[in-house]
Amino acid sequence: MEVFIQQLINGITLGSIYGLIAIGYTMVFGIIGMVNFAHGDVFMVSAFIGLIMLLILTTWLGMGSVALALFIVLIVSMVFTSLVNWTIERVAYRPLRGSFRLAPLISAIGMSIFLSNFVQVTQGPRNKAIPPLLRDVIVLMHGEYDVTISYRQLIIWAITAVLLAAFWYLVSRTSLGRAQRACEQDQRMAALVGVDVNRTISITFIIGAALAAVAGTMYLMYYGVVNFSDGFVPGIKAFTAAVLGGIGSLPGAVVGGILIGLIETMWSAYFSIDYKDVAAFAVLAITLIFLPQGLLGRPEVEKV
Amino acid sequence: MSAAKSPVLRVEHLSMRFGGLVAIDDLSFSAARGDITALIGPNGAGKTTVFNCITGFYKPTEGRIALAHGDGAIWDEVETLTDRGTRSFTRRGEALFLLERMPDFLVTQQARVARTFQNIRLFSGMTVFENMLVAQHNLLMVASGYTFLGVFAPRLYGRHEKTAVEKAKHWLEKTNLIDRADDPAGDLPYGAQRRLEIARAMCTDPVLLCLDEPAAGLNPRESHQLNDLLLSIRQDHATSILLIEHDMSVVMQISDHVVVLDYGVKISDGTPEAVRNDQKVIAAYLGVEDEEVAKVEAEVGL
Amino acid sequence: MAVAAPDTALRHEVRLNLARAGKDAAITAAISFALLLPLIGFKTVQNMRNELELETRFPLLLTIVAIITAARLFGLVVIEPWRERRALHPPAPNATLTAVKSAFANYFTPFAMGFVVVYPILILLVVPQGALKWIDNFGIQILIYVMLGWGLNIVVGLAGLLDLGYVAFYAVGAYSYALLAKAFGFSFWILLPMAGCLSAFWGILLGFPVLRLRGDYLAIVTLAFGEIIRLILINWVSFTNGYAGVSGIPRPTLLGIPFNASDEGFAATFGIEFSPVHRTLFLYYTILALAMLTAYVTVRLRQLPVGRAWEALREDEIACRSLGINTTNTKLTAFAMGAMFAGFAGSFFAARQGFISPESFTFLESATILSIVVLGGMGSQIGVAVAAVAMIGGTEIMRELDFLKYVFGNDFDPTQYRMLIFGFAMVLIMIWKPRGLVGTREPSAFLKERRTILGSFVKEGHG
Repeated sequence: MEVFIQQLINGITLGSIYGLIAIGYTMVFGIIGMVNFAHGDVFMVSAFIGLIMLLILTTWLGMGSVALALFIVLIVSMVFTSLVNWTIERVAYRPLRGSFRLAPLISAIGMSIFLSNFVQVTQGPRNKAIPPLLRDVIVLMHGEYDVTISYRQLIIWAITAVLLAAFWYLVSRTSLGRAQRACEQDQRMAALVGVDVNRTISITFIIGAALAAVAGTMYLMYYGVVNFSDGFVPGIKAFTAAVLGGIGSLPGAVVGGILIGLIETMWSAYFSIDYKDVAAFAVLAITLIFLPQGLLGRPEVEKV
Repeated sequence: MSAAKSPVLRVEHLSMRFGGLVAIDDLSFSAARGDITALIGPNGAGKTTVFNCITGFYKPTEGRIALAHGDGAIWDEVETLTDRGTRSFTRRGEALFLLERMPDFLVTQQARVARTFQNIRLFSGMTVFENMLVAQHNLLMVASGYTFLGVFAPRLYGRHEKTAVEKAKHWLEKTNLIDRADDPAGDLPYGAQRRLEIARAMCTDPVLLCLDEPAAGLNPRESHQLNDLLLSIRQDHATSILLIEHDMSVVMQISDHVVVLDYGVKISDGTPEAVRNDQKVIAAYLGVEDEEVAKVEAEVGL
Repeated sequence: MAVAAPDTALRHEVRLNLARAGKDAAITAAISFALLLPLIGFKTVQNMRNELELETRFPLLLTIVAIITAARLFGLVVIEPWRERRALHPPAPNATLTAVKSAFANYFTPFAMGFVVVYPILILLVVPQGALKWIDNFGIQILIYVMLGWGLNIVVGLAGLLDLGYVAFYAVGAYSYALLAKAFGFSFWILLPMAGCLSAFWGILLGFPVLRLRGDYLAIVTLAFGEIIRLILINWVSFTNGYAGVSGIPRPTLLGIPFNASDEGFAATFGIEFSPVHRTLFLYYTILALAMLTAYVTVRLRQLPVGRAWEALREDEIACRSLGINTTNTKLTAFAMGAMFAGFAGSFFAARQGFISPESFTFLESATILSIVVLGGMGSQIGVAVAAVAMIGGTEIMRELDFLKYVFGNDFDPTQYRMLIFGFAMVLIMIWKPRGLVGTREPSAFLKERRTILGSFVKEGHG
């Protein structure tokens, strides 16, 4: 029983990270109908940026307060990652908008390869580890095995909840959200009624990047280890989450993320840790085959 | 008198619901063999939805759509076929099909119902001639021995392919497209594209040809040519035609039977003259004074 | 006075352009500085105590930012005005140039085929000492990718189905050959068709549940399947030996005559001096034959109803169904054929290497093959071949750039940058030629004359 609850806590934490990345996938797919293959690697880049900022703060500036350091790292990472994603959209995707559907896909794959190799070349291929921060935990249950929830996990839950609420509000109530939904439905018409399509798309990419940066910082804080290859598999899992929750739906992305996180942790705990990634991919395949619109999405009826 | 002709298609109590939206409500009509039957009505009346149900692209929520090959004696088997739960029934050169139970490609392949689309669907990156060959796919597949004969016995396949080419040429000449046979279909002017779609559909040797707004976007001269084409199809190939149309010159001049739809409900059914003078039809198209709305709605059954 | 006025106007315009370019360059400099500051400006290194420290590389950062800014400035001040002038006054068509271009287009294919056939002989004559590397790493490697490209071309280029997991069938072919050859000792020539059939079977099995998905969803599912197969290969250690891979795979023989230095060997049988080049030549011509087979089958099938149905499927699936074509079967045949050729290529790969491991069957391979097909364009055979030569040849050439060590110092390892440049090149190529190198389609049947169809009419398929 204790194992189950502990894994539940761990799963929700991992799932929150996936959910934050998944929002980026779902928003970009919604607005330009493209799977941004490079998004997972943008997440990885944000973790590295966070790492470097953290090292500057702790080893150079000798900052003592972990909370303040993390806060600064978060903001800095969000800023730089947004710039990265904005540039990627301008350089690799915008010239291909409206053309052949395969071209932006290949471009995104190329970008993904470029990003992960860029980090490998500039920072080295080895794992980068930092001493664990915020090791304090709260013990929830005593037993043969103590069920604990760490401060880190609580922070992740809190931030995810706050951000989800904030962006949900943004998308459904503000004019930006309306512009986004207009572009999702019919880009040309949106442009004709005065929506600045380019700006809306750029902002969407920036939001996605900012959330990925939050996920990256959380990832860095939670696991303490980053590697240049950490973009691909979490990226696929986050995309699975977006599809599972219903592509285009923000709460769906987070729900899907948490589900994937739970599946992964439960599978590793009760079955075998080797095949945990297979579980995620299998969930993706099964969802797409039997429930392509996802849990919270709307089924698409094709007009004949 | 149409009563003497046996039906080729019988639509009975057809209903189509999309979630809460009722697109077609208890529609019944029949199209007689060798007739040109027109399905008309204001925009949004559900006409294309009827087509999609007949041709197997949508699965009707309720109703029966039955099609018969042969002279019509097989219609007495329709109830037994419905009860049996299977899709079709053949007997000595005749056949009966329940189209609502068949997927789209089988409706064309077995029941021999061909259709064209409201927004033209051609293979734009292929030539006009290639479009015509694709339409004869099933025949050619069998002729090529499911590809094996084509690879290992090319000369035998070549002879079968010649028949297909001849049929393509025949229809291209009939629709006046033979000169553009090797041009990409996407390069054709609008009117020619519509004719190509009809020619391509005829290459499947249909018993029933369903045309969705074939005259849309055609000028009066082209509409006139279309009339001639449809009349000759009916005459020379014994194909029954079901068409959706807004262009009244086409409807009135060539149809034998007109069915009028409004909001998914049939409001008139008869000869073109009878329908033209029907008050309900005039009300549906032109509208009525506010005071009369309730009365007309009660008449029509809305 | 009348002469001076246009002159000042021109100078004014030039000054405006320079000012604009300057502003643009400044922004470029600022953005690239900010972008590259974290990862190039700083480097994380591990010190003696296994802790992470930061080093700075500001000179390198500033150099790179300067190069980028200079390039942008050059583009704005020199290239753009030149382009604009060319657009306004297009150069008169040069008769000789047009003649050369059309001769090139007409004779390229037979010339290329001839070149490919005599390539190893040329290499042996030009670089007898390093011949093995040039025939093997370049010739054979490129031909494997050409064959894979042609196989995937059936699925993506002809039928318009987006498959991102093609490497799975490659892996099935390779592992079937490896495991069956080691277990039962069948010859390469028997196992080759068997591997192809197994791959085709997997193609149908995997294709069946997913082929009703459209476009991007099909792409993601096929990617998922590709990864699942790779993970199973890694983790099912008792069957596949996991990461360690399968080694000691029997090499192909010429009707039972092995290519070694023994007395039954090829050299001894034919009375010539043994040289490792013999096996390489044999392998080269084998893969060439296999690739040619793939091309021939594709060309032939395009002229038959099944191939025409593939292309019609790509153009408009609903129209196909309305003509009575069972599109599910059409998709499955495309999938199965593509998988079969991948299986052939896989078993050849296993036989040539003698050793295979899951490392060779990553998503990157699927992405590479897909890029080759997309870069080729329009389902064109020759386009795919040229794209494969460019992409694979290009990345292999980068291994040969040892001379750069003299420029950048002995620590500089060009191979590290291979994949970096590869990814960047993928992006650039897509921006330059989004529909691929070949921009036209040749009809597979014609009534009176074969007229090339412009690419703008050809659809890309929705899966």
